Amino acid sequence: MDGRLNAGTGATAARPNPGGRSLHRFANPGRFLRATGRLMPILWAAALLVLGVGLVWGLVLSPADWQQGETVRIMYVHVPMAWLAMGGYTGLAVLSVMSLIWRHPLADLTARELSPVGAAVTALCLATGSLWGKPMWGTWWVWDARLTSVLVLFFLWLGHASLVRSFDDPERGARAGAILALVGFVNVPIVKFSVDWWNTLHQPASVTRLNAPGMHVDILYPLLVCALGFTLLFAAVVLARTRAAVMERRVRALQLARARREEGAAA
Amino acid sequence: MTRKKRRLMILLLAGLGLGTATALTLTAFQDNLVFFLSPSDVLAQRPPGERAFRLGGLVEAGSVERHTGADGRPSATFRVTDGPSAITVTYSGVLPDLFREGQGVVTLGKLQPDGSFRASEVLARHDETYMPPEVADALRRAGHWNPAQGAAPPAASWNTAPRQPEGRSGG
Repeated sequence: MDGRLNAGTGATAARPNPGGRSLHRFANPGRFLRATGRLMPILWAAALLVLGVGLVWGLVLSPADWQQGETVRIMYVHVPMAWLAMGGYTGLAVLSVMSLIWRHPLADLTARELSPVGAAVTALCLATGSLWGKPMWGTWWVWDARLTSVLVLFFLWLGHASLVRSFDDPERGARAGAILALVGFVNVPIVKFSVDWWNTLHQPASVTRLNAPGMHVDILYPLLVCALGFTLLFAAVVLARTRAAVMERRVRALQLARARREEGAAA
Repeated sequence: MTRKKRRLMILLLAGLGLGTATALTLTAFQDNLVFFLSPSDVLAQRPPGERAFRLGGLVEAGSVERHTGADGRPSATFRVTDGPSAITVTYSGVLPDLFREGQGVVTLGKLQPDGSFRASEVLARHDETYMPPEVADALRRAGHWNPAQGAAPPAASWNTAPRQPEGRSGG
């Protein structure tokens, strides 16, 4: 992975890839940096705008719930975090497939930068859920199928983040991480359907169900806006981290090249 | 190309194997994965009295009796129902805020020789309904929903209802 990423660091960075199929077009780090460089300001602006609107709508303007009262507002953070924890992990699984089958170097790098953000989002989901559970259920935590499977998801994120960083050879770390991520993917449908397959203390889905959402539109719409805002923010953070990682590798490769040149001149 | 195809096939086969193994494991442990038993389950299985388990269901309308013990500790007796069957639950301690008739609850405790359930913990179970107070009031006034009798009517009938109904003074 290192070698291929660094191959584009010299003056030949912009060399077009004539036979490049769409997937590998962005394996060229120079092209990736240029394309995402234009995208980043738009993404940050959209994330902050949508999130600002969603949070003001949800936390201030939307109505309370008839029996939860104001505590319902925790949901405007909790539910987007839960969706991102599962959606982000699905993204990690897709990146892992790309890494294992097509040996796509940028997929490895993105997966490495994605997992700490995914762990943070899952931790926020667990923490906000616990804060809601104490006043509503009467307990911070129970070992029901939904809560336990989300805790397992959190450990999978942490495990992936530490596994890919624990090898001297980053390519071997990426391979091991990809296998862990794909094995752990069985947990995602378990998280999603735990509330339908078994009886749990956690309530079933309100929004993504076959009949009409069990949520009044004055609560549902701000929730959807918050979810979109948090998703944009998540994407912006992960992309910014990936760009930084690509640039870090370029700097390291240039330093290495210069050190070799100086060594050669001294000899 | 063939190497990529081979890797894809290996991945698909491994995924299929892992998925099947997980599905079989989860099916085998079905009984241990449920968080609580319904009153019908309990009456059918009759768990031994020394074993603590969780009983869950709705608080039956009109069944709640609250007492205060000699030491000032609150206690309560209520019936937990799942429709076909119901079990009487006794509990001493503070009930959660969400506890009311018609609400879902999960209680932890042991079955007594007289068939009642002595709970050491009562948790309220929220359902998947999120409704502004005005809409809930309108449904109650119109007679479409009595929260003490159970779940809200189908969501499509209220989830786009205006929050300030025009008949507010007349209702």
